[in-house]
Amino acid sequence: MPVKQQNGTAIWRRRTTKQSLMHWAMWLIGTAIFVYCWQQISNATTWFFVWDAPRIAGDIWTRATPPRWEYITQLGRPIWDTLNIATLGTIIALFLAVPVAFLAARNTTPSRFFIRPIALLIIVSTRSINSLIWALLLIAIIGPGVFAGVIAIAIRSIGFCAKLLYEAIEEIDAVQVEAITATGASRWQVMAYGIVPQIMPAFAGIAVFRWDINIRESTVLGLVGAGGIGLQLSASLNVLAWPQVSLILLVILAAVVISEWVSAKVRGAII
Amino acid sequence: MSTELEAVLGKQWKRPHFVTNPALRWGLTIGFIAYLIAAYMTIEINWSRVYEGLDRGAQFVLAFMTPDFVSRASDIWSGLLESIIMTVAASVVGILISIPIGLGAARNIAPLPVYMICRGIVAISRALQEIIVAILLVAIFGFGPLAGFLTLSFATIGFLSKLLAEDIESMDRSQAEAVRASGARWMQWINYGVQPQVMPRLVGLSIYRLDINFRESAILGLVGAGGIGATLNTAFDRYEYDTAAAILILIIVIVMALEYISGIVRARVQ
Amino acid sequence: MLKLKKLVKTYRTGDQALKAIDLEMPEGQVLALIGPSGAGKSTLIRCINRLVEPTSGEVWLDDLELTHLKASGLRRARREMGMIFQEYALVERLTVMENVLSGRLGYVGFWRSLTRRYPQSDVDEAFRLLDRVGLLAMADKRADELSGGQRQRVGICRALIQNPKLLLVDEPTASLDPKTSRQIMRLICELCAERGLAAIINIHDVALAQMFVQRVVGLRFGAIEFDGPPEALTPDVLTTIYGEEDWEATIKKVDDDGNEIEAAE
Repeated sequence: MPVKQQNGTAIWRRRTTKQSLMHWAMWLIGTAIFVYCWQQISNATTWFFVWDAPRIAGDIWTRATPPRWEYITQLGRPIWDTLNIATLGTIIALFLAVPVAFLAARNTTPSRFFIRPIALLIIVSTRSINSLIWALLLIAIIGPGVFAGVIAIAIRSIGFCAKLLYEAIEEIDAVQVEAITATGASRWQVMAYGIVPQIMPAFAGIAVFRWDINIRESTVLGLVGAGGIGLQLSASLNVLAWPQVSLILLVILAAVVISEWVSAKVRGAII
Repeated sequence: MSTELEAVLGKQWKRPHFVTNPALRWGLTIGFIAYLIAAYMTIEINWSRVYEGLDRGAQFVLAFMTPDFVSRASDIWSGLLESIIMTVAASVVGILISIPIGLGAARNIAPLPVYMICRGIVAISRALQEIIVAILLVAIFGFGPLAGFLTLSFATIGFLSKLLAEDIESMDRSQAEAVRASGARWMQWINYGVQPQVMPRLVGLSIYRLDINFRESAILGLVGAGGIGATLNTAFDRYEYDTAAAILILIIVIVMALEYISGIVRARVQ
Repeated sequence: MLKLKKLVKTYRTGDQALKAIDLEMPEGQVLALIGPSGAGKSTLIRCINRLVEPTSGEVWLDDLELTHLKASGLRRARREMGMIFQEYALVERLTVMENVLSGRLGYVGFWRSLTRRYPQSDVDEAFRLLDRVGLLAMADKRADELSGGQRQRVGICRALIQNPKLLLVDEPTASLDPKTSRQIMRLICELCAERGLAAIINIHDVALAQMFVQRVVGLRFGAIEFDGPPEALTPDVLTTIYGEEDWEATIKKVDDDGNEIEAAE
């Protein structure tokens, strides 16, 4: 504890002089970085538009209200597609994520120095890249449509699910596994009896959690042409049909709220 | 031998089902299978197009072996720098704003009206996705990184405030009460009773959000809100897979670096 | 029946947990392994069924040498040795019945175990064992709904349904209250007597060990310091095993055959 002697009395300080200097230097550097960033943003901005923004926002608002309610009849199919992209994408991702997670977890991987890094690479690379980018890539490869959306969601979700799952696997109680091993069970039986029951709740939670996120993500995949309600959004934006845009946004909002409610309910039932 | 034992010996044993009501169980199973079939039927897959695409897919995978950082180096560099700038600025502003909102959204320290308002802000921010917010903000503020910066700040507020509020709500009451009992004022109470308890987690979450913001900044360019996304989109449009691969590799490397740093920082603050 | 020859375990950190242990056990003997924490009791038990790989030495179960067995041979050998654990080590999210039946995993194929279609004889035996330990009504409860003593009973059933020759028991009472501890120890020893099973019980409660077993082995720093009947445990012996302490109180309880404790229950 730094205590300074000053005029014969001891004064308590939270930090030593060197510590507080370091502290201030850190803050100074941090502030400088932020100011630099802000200047760069400011330089790249046409401030005339920004000052004009309230008027434009008001303008958009008056055009967008009221929403064109009758347009909803054309949204049934896109919503169905959106749901399918999210659900099928999640299911495919889970099937692929399970083996990756087992290969990545320290306590189940067959080889720590060879296979585990590969599994971790799969996880980090699929996770780092947004589903919209995966969609862009897949559209370039297999053409636009719902299928590209499903695959994009699936790929993006592998890393996410596998990461959470392998962390769950690493946290299991090793003694339970030991007990099953001690009965003379084979490697696969140890997995089925010792490991799987322990990670089941985590697995179900991850599945529902990711499905909820995927509903959100699949609503916008259409912006790049990968099917779902985003296609209608992008088409309406292109022709500046603001009443349709506002209706679509309301529908997306409703979908997000409902999916969050469903996932909370299901998770509550499981755990 | 007890009668209960006699009753079960020689009988088959079945594991109790997860859903105990058989009608509900079968209903759920059949419903799910029917949904899967219906969903599969309505997806139009042009298999010949997919087959043709395999070639391009292979090309893309090969491009990862020979990424081209050079021919569009200046575009990549400026896009990446813009992404980083947006990320840093938005994270700082977002974190600063989300602290008061997070305090306000914690039921155990905020009065009810403040709580309702703050929870409302959190709910709106979480319900709207980054890309949709970005579209609206680009329409309002024009193209450029300002729209991206605002989008990311807005998203950060929803994310961080919610988690911060939950953390405050689950904190140890007795520590906070001890500080209050010493006669501290509200600000002092927050500073001494609440802050030390939630600080480590706040730091961890902030760095995690920085990581998310960077990843999100990579797509904002698709709708004109600045960052590396525009460059990436162009590369895909021109079928320049080697440049696209280079950009994707850079994104992955930066995300990995951020995760590594966040691991170190979290270990140090806890 | 069980014979350990010069069994050595050196951990990768360089700690020598077992220093050339020689031990021989006849059929049907219940043996208590005592010693301070870190003396290598757990390691010794786990080296026998190779949950921990011994560094050198031999483990003979009847005419079979275990340390050089390949995976499938080791599985077959493990079926002969039931194990009971300190923290029960039940798979908490499986039912009691599934936990008991998991003791048969070494005998049934993967698909049968996955679909839970065990042979009728196994199912009947599981019910009989559960009835024997008084948990028949709990068969379809999940293991994490049970109390500590009940869980340990399920653990015992799981070990016994293997139809083992030898029980390896690792601190069976460490997480139980005194009364339940005694009940569990009694149950284990009764079952061993009923079935003519040999058992190595690793236990740190000296008084409890003396109460139930025929032979006590004291371990200190990975070497055997004492091997004899429970009556031969004198304060001097306990001092060589555990170090300097007043041991009269610990032993006195046993001299009275634990009457005062029994009365207090």
